[in-house]
Amino acid sequence: MTGPAIRFAPGDRVRVLADFERPGHVRTPWYCRDKTGVIERVCGAFPNPEQLAYATDGLPALPLYRVRFDQRVLWPDYAGPTGDAVEIEIYEPWLLAAEG
Amino acid sequence: MLRAMSEKPGNRRYHDMGGLPAGPVGHDEHEPDLWEKRVDAMMVCLGASAPDGKRLITVDEIRRAIEDLPTDAYDNMSYYERWVHSLSTILAERGVYTPDELAAKLAEVKARAGAGKSP
Repeated sequence: MTGPAIRFAPGDRVRVLADFERPGHVRTPWYCRDKTGVIERVCGAFPNPEQLAYATDGLPALPLYRVRFDQRVLWPDYAGPTGDAVEIEIYEPWLLAAEG
Repeated sequence: MLRAMSEKPGNRRYHDMGGLPAGPVGHDEHEPDLWEKRVDAMMVCLGASAPDGKRLITVDEIRRAIEDLPTDAYDNMSYYERWVHSLSTILAERGVYTPDELAAKLAEVKARAGAGKSP
């Protein structure tokens, strides 16, 4: 079985969609939407949980990435050490290529 | 404990709480009760793949039904109470039983428990 095309590679900068209206079962946390991070790894391709949540097969499978965000990008008043990060697994339809 | 809802506009659902004020994190632990272990076992069995690769339920459906709980229920139910609610919702949606059948069974179990027998 061949998987879907993988659009991003480790090191690529990506921006999470600024979609704050998406209804239903959404796995992309609110706090990382419209924020920019870096692809840490490609996790593989998995059935879409936004569809699986409603008794459908979730196919075609979607590429899933682990995206690394600087804590200060997510929380402007973060008081911990510089370089602290959060890694979140996000499906490709939620990601846009970002500059830089 | 009740949490403040987001001030931002949008369709932020109640469970998507990352970053909202929530008070201290509870660290209480307890040994699971027998009924909680049974709920866990049911979840594993119902979510397992049949030989044809199909599943009766998915973890994504379970999560969705928990997310659909009213906010006060989400706050006040225990972990496995949320699971039970969710499982019963999904099994009715999937046509495994009807709400009437569930109600009849619950009445039967309640009567048995009331008679002093183990449910």
